[in-house]
Amino acid sequence: MTTDVESAIAQVFREEWGRVVATLIRRTGDWDVAEESAQDAFALAIVRWRRDGIPENPGGWLTTTAANRAIDRLRRAAKGKEKLREVAAMAHAEDPSDTDESGIADDRLRLIFTCCHPALPLDARVALTLRTLAGLTTGEIARAFLVSDSTMAKRLVRAKGKIAHAGIPYRVPPAHLLAERTQAVLGVIYLLFNEGYSASAGADLVRSGLCDEAIRLGRTLARLMPDEPEALGLLALMLLHDARRATRIDGAGDLVPLEEQDRTRWDAEAIADGLEVLDRALRRAQPGPYQAQAAIAACHATALDAVATDWVEIAALYGTLARMAPSPVVELNRAVAVAMADGPEAGLRLVEQLEASGALRGYRLLFATRADLLRRLDRRAEAATAYRCALDLTGNDAERRYLARRLAETSVQR
Amino acid sequence: MRYLLMICADENWVGSMTPEEGSAMLAEYGTFMEEMGKRGVVQGGERLRPTSDATTVTVRNGEILASDGPFAETKEQMGGYYVVECKDLDEAIEVASKIPGARHGSIEVRPIWEM
Repeated sequence: MTTDVESAIAQVFREEWGRVVATLIRRTGDWDVAEESAQDAFALAIVRWRRDGIPENPGGWLTTTAANRAIDRLRRAAKGKEKLREVAAMAHAEDPSDTDESGIADDRLRLIFTCCHPALPLDARVALTLRTLAGLTTGEIARAFLVSDSTMAKRLVRAKGKIAHAGIPYRVPPAHLLAERTQAVLGVIYLLFNEGYSASAGADLVRSGLCDEAIRLGRTLARLMPDEPEALGLLALMLLHDARRATRIDGAGDLVPLEEQDRTRWDAEAIADGLEVLDRALRRAQPGPYQAQAAIAACHATALDAVATDWVEIAALYGTLARMAPSPVVELNRAVAVAMADGPEAGLRLVEQLEASGALRGYRLLFATRADLLRRLDRRAEAATAYRCALDLTGNDAERRYLARRLAETSVQR
Repeated sequence: MRYLLMICADENWVGSMTPEEGSAMLAEYGTFMEEMGKRGVVQGGERLRPTSDATTVTVRNGEILASDGPFAETKEQMGGYYVVECKDLDEAIEVASKIPGARHGSIEVRPIWEM
């Protein structure tokens, strides 16, 4: 029975933490008080709910409890009549769901836009989002980003300090800023997902916890911004990638390329979910880079095997993506798709153009791609050279083992 | 909230402007001030002489030391400033983006430490 209550509490924590913190920040204007009071409320919940059972409206219970704690804290800290009057006003304020200029009222949306404000450094945006919205502890975030607890604590303190001192507003941006700021929010969530999906350093390739958090945040954002097809596009993209998570690494911890993955082990439920979300996004007929990437992932997710994949469609989608969000990395991916659609030689021509442009100098995947295409063309010596260059540049253990295996294959004398 | 908007640019570039370019820039600042004057956000602001006219003063052990030039050599130098009263950082960023100098150099937005 205890374990039932415990897992129920864990679930409530995941669902309600961000909401409670977000509401308290709006009502107190103090991020630390909000977090500490939310923590108190959850600690109290564990004791009370174990004894009395889970209340009918756990979210409401937590918000009320946390708000009372916040008032206590502020009252203790308040000196002078003026301050006390402010606290008293807060205590009586019914939670007014006042809307801001954009007409969107949810506090979590205010919180995520504030956490992802472009005036904050990117690493701080990520950390703040994980701390305040997802409820990860400072230690957990530090471990996920391979820095010490004290470094991460300082990063969070500095970011909260800047929000207060520089006057970063706690709101959903007004219409003329919304599109650009939404991009910043989507960027932070996608970065989180990518950190989890392909850790670029260290032995642990899938820090899967971050993927789950990113998907959870993506779902929240898609629910809060139902008119933003790119939010749906990002969610679909993450779901479709995540569906392949179990097959990306083999028993020995080595990277398995897409064409060799056991597709029967892909998560069918996640794929169905991702396709449905993508469909909802595309029906709005406002294309965007995340939707294009999700459409590419959908081509892979629905193909029986690598050969049966619609590479012509994928190459076309990369072309669309390159027009919407030009990037040499997108061009490199297009080259891979073209190689599959029209043969390795056609792909290699594009890779060589990219090399000549110098835009990806020193990029390990440029060498790895070149190496794979040369290997398929049976130009073994050149392939081996390219594999060696890629090996020198990778910091990821699983990737290094994959490249070393390919290098050994191409170096074998026949 | 009050902010200091520091207008920073490469002085050599500013110094190499033709008289026509110079007066065009002044006209742009005139337009900017007209708009901001209507909005009532600007509390003060001045253009500064270049760092070749700067003097750095320090006092050590009661002794006043004055030396030629700026405190630190940087690629961009502060050529002017505004003090603005804004609702929040978003408004300060918007005001800063409309300063003509933002298109050539950069504007550093610093909240004023209210005592």
